Amino acid sequence: MSALIASDILSLLPAWVLMHAAALLVVTPLLSGPIALILSRGRLAWVWALGISAITFALSLVLYAQVLEHGSIMYVFGNWAPPVGITYNIDALNVLVLLIVAGMGLLSLINGLPSVMQEIEPKDQAPFFAAYMLCLAGLMGVAITGDAFNVFVFLEISSISTYILVAMGASKDRRALTSSFNYLILGTIGATFFVIGLGLVYMATGTLNMADITVQLRENGDSRVIRAAFAFIVIGLGLKTAMFPLHTWLPGAYSYSPTMVGTFLASTATKVAFYAMVRFIFGVFSTGEPFDGALLELVLAPMAVAAMIICSVQALYQMDLRKLLAYSSVAQLGYMLLGLSMGTAAGLSAGLLHMFNHALMKGALFMGLGIFGLCYGVRRVPDLAGLGKTMPVTAAAFTVSGLSLIGMPLTAGFVSKYYLIIAALERGWWWAVAAILASSVLAIFYVWKMVEMMYLRETPRAKSRAKKAHPKAPLLALIPLLILAMANVWFFFDASLPKGLTDAAAAALLGGGAS
Amino acid sequence: MSSGIEFWQYLTGHFNYIVVITLMMTGLYIVISTGNLVKKLVGLGVFQTAVFQLYITMGKVTGGQPPILEGVHESATGEATKTVAEHGEAAATTAATHGEKAVQATISIAKTMDDVLVDGVLYSNPLPHVLILTAIVVGVATLAVGLALVVRIRESYGTIEEDELQEANYQHAKGTLS
Amino acid sequence: MSTGFLTPIDAFTVIDLIFMSMLVVVGIAIVRLKDLFAVVMLSGVYSLVSAAWFVSLDAVDVAFTEAAVGAGISTVLMLGAMLLTARQAAPSKPARHWVALIVVCATGAALLYATVDMPSFGDPLSAPNAYIGLEYLKRTGAETGVPNVVSAVLASYRGYDTFGETTVILTAGLGVILILGLGGPAIKRKKPAAKTKAAKADQSKILGAHHVVLRVVSKMMIPVIIIYGAYVQFHGDFGPGGGFQAGLIIASAIILYALIYGIDAAKEAVPPSLVRLGAALGVLIYGGVGVINLLLGGNFLEYNILNPTHPAHGQELGIMFVEIGVLVTVASVMLIIFYGFTSRQPDIKDKDW
Repeated sequence: MSALIASDILSLLPAWVLMHAAALLVVTPLLSGPIALILSRGRLAWVWALGISAITFALSLVLYAQVLEHGSIMYVFGNWAPPVGITYNIDALNVLVLLIVAGMGLLSLINGLPSVMQEIEPKDQAPFFAAYMLCLAGLMGVAITGDAFNVFVFLEISSISTYILVAMGASKDRRALTSSFNYLILGTIGATFFVIGLGLVYMATGTLNMADITVQLRENGDSRVIRAAFAFIVIGLGLKTAMFPLHTWLPGAYSYSPTMVGTFLASTATKVAFYAMVRFIFGVFSTGEPFDGALLELVLAPMAVAAMIICSVQALYQMDLRKLLAYSSVAQLGYMLLGLSMGTAAGLSAGLLHMFNHALMKGALFMGLGIFGLCYGVRRVPDLAGLGKTMPVTAAAFTVSGLSLIGMPLTAGFVSKYYLIIAALERGWWWAVAAILASSVLAIFYVWKMVEMMYLRETPRAKSRAKKAHPKAPLLALIPLLILAMANVWFFFDASLPKGLTDAAAAALLGGGAS
Repeated sequence: MSSGIEFWQYLTGHFNYIVVITLMMTGLYIVISTGNLVKKLVGLGVFQTAVFQLYITMGKVTGGQPPILEGVHESATGEATKTVAEHGEAAATTAATHGEKAVQATISIAKTMDDVLVDGVLYSNPLPHVLILTAIVVGVATLAVGLALVVRIRESYGTIEEDELQEANYQHAKGTLS
Repeated sequence: MSTGFLTPIDAFTVIDLIFMSMLVVVGIAIVRLKDLFAVVMLSGVYSLVSAAWFVSLDAVDVAFTEAAVGAGISTVLMLGAMLLTARQAAPSKPARHWVALIVVCATGAALLYATVDMPSFGDPLSAPNAYIGLEYLKRTGAETGVPNVVSAVLASYRGYDTFGETTVILTAGLGVILILGLGGPAIKRKKPAAKTKAAKADQSKILGAHHVVLRVVSKMMIPVIIIYGAYVQFHGDFGPGGGFQAGLIIASAIILYALIYGIDAAKEAVPPSLVRLGAALGVLIYGGVGVINLLLGGNFLEYNILNPTHPAHGQELGIMFVEIGVLVTVASVMLIIFYGFTSRQPDIKDKDW
């Protein structure tokens, strides 16, 4: 049925847009960045970025419709047929990530205006939005491309702009600078490992087109060069994904960055790197099955479990709210990696579904914190006291998203954890089920810590409060939060959109789900 | 004896990789071992440059020339355009048929020394050069942002030693607790 | 490739071995030194030796860029940053060394493990050399009419990567604007004659403010450098060079001007607002070529469409325009970085040098 609607929508659009939607999706935000720089007025740049983000989101929907109709799409840059030229190859997996990035990019931008006006100096606002658009374009470029080296180029566009955006939190807290630098060093080591891996892949296959690499690998067979390449690419992308124990850059980068940047990064950046990892492990290197399996089970799965447990405990001990959520993010990445490490279509699909849901819940939680911070300067857990009464709507939306983070029934978080457990049982991984449950219990504790503070504690004396410019939540910031909170509930009752995409993606990569 | 010959052959064919790997590890060692932020960035540069060398040595062809074609610009118009037009059509059909996998039947992998000559001339591989040009630019962009951060860190902390920075951040965190 | 017990060692091998041993020595020296000035200078030497080795490996374009970037821009940047920060690196804790050693050994072992299956050095029939790389060599002449295959691949076959690369440069410029600022326009624009005493003292610190020879020579040199930049730009189709290298050269001419006549004079000639505009404009030129291709009915960056009767001419045209885009962004961003770093107060006193 949705395919029918999709073709209806597609028939309304001019053929030119349909033909070039893939290129426009990345090129539009990429070119809007320099234009935002020229605009040089903060609000004007925001309006411009908003328009472009809306177009970008619309284009990602167009691609979604096209993938529903055609299965997969290819776009050839410069009309140089692959493997000579660079191509975009879009299937269900790409569309899933593109929807997350474009959607969260748009929502964080709407939500972010009041906080940017407060946190960023007026003269810096236009370049700030320019960097934001470049970051968005870079992430989408990684999520869409079919060329291995092009992944590196766009990964670096997004990474370098992320370092800058994180450093902009220095006006609030100087630790943003050291966090950004730390991220820069680790991120660049990760990128360089990735480039070494690509060099080794190129050495063994002579090509850079992802589909062609798979073909060449199938013909040439396994070699030591390929094994080393695989290891370097996984570690390089693991650094960018904040795979435990390579996650040390993440808490600082998430918690000291400007509010809008924190929201955007928490819901997109690691997802895109995770996507790239999935693409390389199951797509590009799909021929090296035997040793992949061992690596996944013996290396990635234990790391995933360690992340789920250790980082949940760390989250439990955090008093800084954004750090709490950041550690929780690393733990949640553990769930995704666990799904990936199962190496089955069901596991991968569940992991990807959790990626989608995590973007919704973490995006909403960071937005909620942003609003609390904007109105009452909330940074630490005790600051939340009494906010359930003073800001009922925001607190309710925050709580719903928190429940989703735990994986309570009636929220989206439940669905992905449910599928993850089913997949683990199918694989016979009882310890994984135990780890999921244990980590969820820990999540109950750290979410409860916040909820209790909001609803069961009295508001402290008013004089320490309300020193900020906004006595109540600005509507602009509130609407995206409410949309996300509702999405967290909606995708419990009807998860067909993400589930359809993740199943199709897992089936395409592992071939298991289709039968 | 034969293993000795094999080892010698391995060594002569791969000494470049071994040296490049040594250099990479030198760079990586500097990045991790030093606490000085400027020196960290220097190490990162050494590391990245060694990776560039990995690519470039890979693309070297013994007896080859730099990939600048001899005597092209005079003859580039006549028969050249025809092939382009044909290619253009082929590529257009590829692009038009959405959803099909990459078509790559036209490119063959060279098997003999005759195949690798272009108009009778042996050239080194241009593709690694292109990739590394891009990587150099990315490297200098990262360096510029990194150094800008170092300058700001020095201005607000008064030091660029990682240990002292951690100590300052730790003190700050303790300060907010009490 | 090697057949006998002793492969004949030719002059190139000897040269390569010399370069490689120099690199290793410099690398180890960098590890051991604590003096940041020496570390930074050695990193410049390292880049320069790399560049020389790249020439011997036939990578002339890469050598040109590595020399300009690694030995030029990077070293200057690091010296500038050092001036604003510290002169010495503190000795690091033993624990760090051990962590570093473990990571390095593991990584190095993985790579050495892989070398066994790597193709021999210089093998023309190895996978990387016999497939797509060779294909570019075979096609470029007919399809683009550009003799420098590296330029053709960079700007056309893989032109989309280069578009991304240009954006990366812009991002670096944005980073410096946001992190350091541009330091505002030239300060004493109105009355250059009426300088305060402090300003004069400041002026005298600038290299060669009273040095007649420097002033005269630089006046003659700067136009020559800019012409050379233009040559590198437009000769990039035929020999090593292109927008990136040309952008660096032109920016260096302006930086030279600033070093001799003072930063304010340079800001008067090339105001920060113009530089900021230029950085954005270059990317827009590059992307604009792609968008024009789209509007003419082709794919993004399909230059053939620019001249339907002679696609190769369309290619030449497209490559020329995107290289101009690269030039504008690179030159502008280099000046942004220069202005950004010079807008900060030095922390190291002159007597410390």
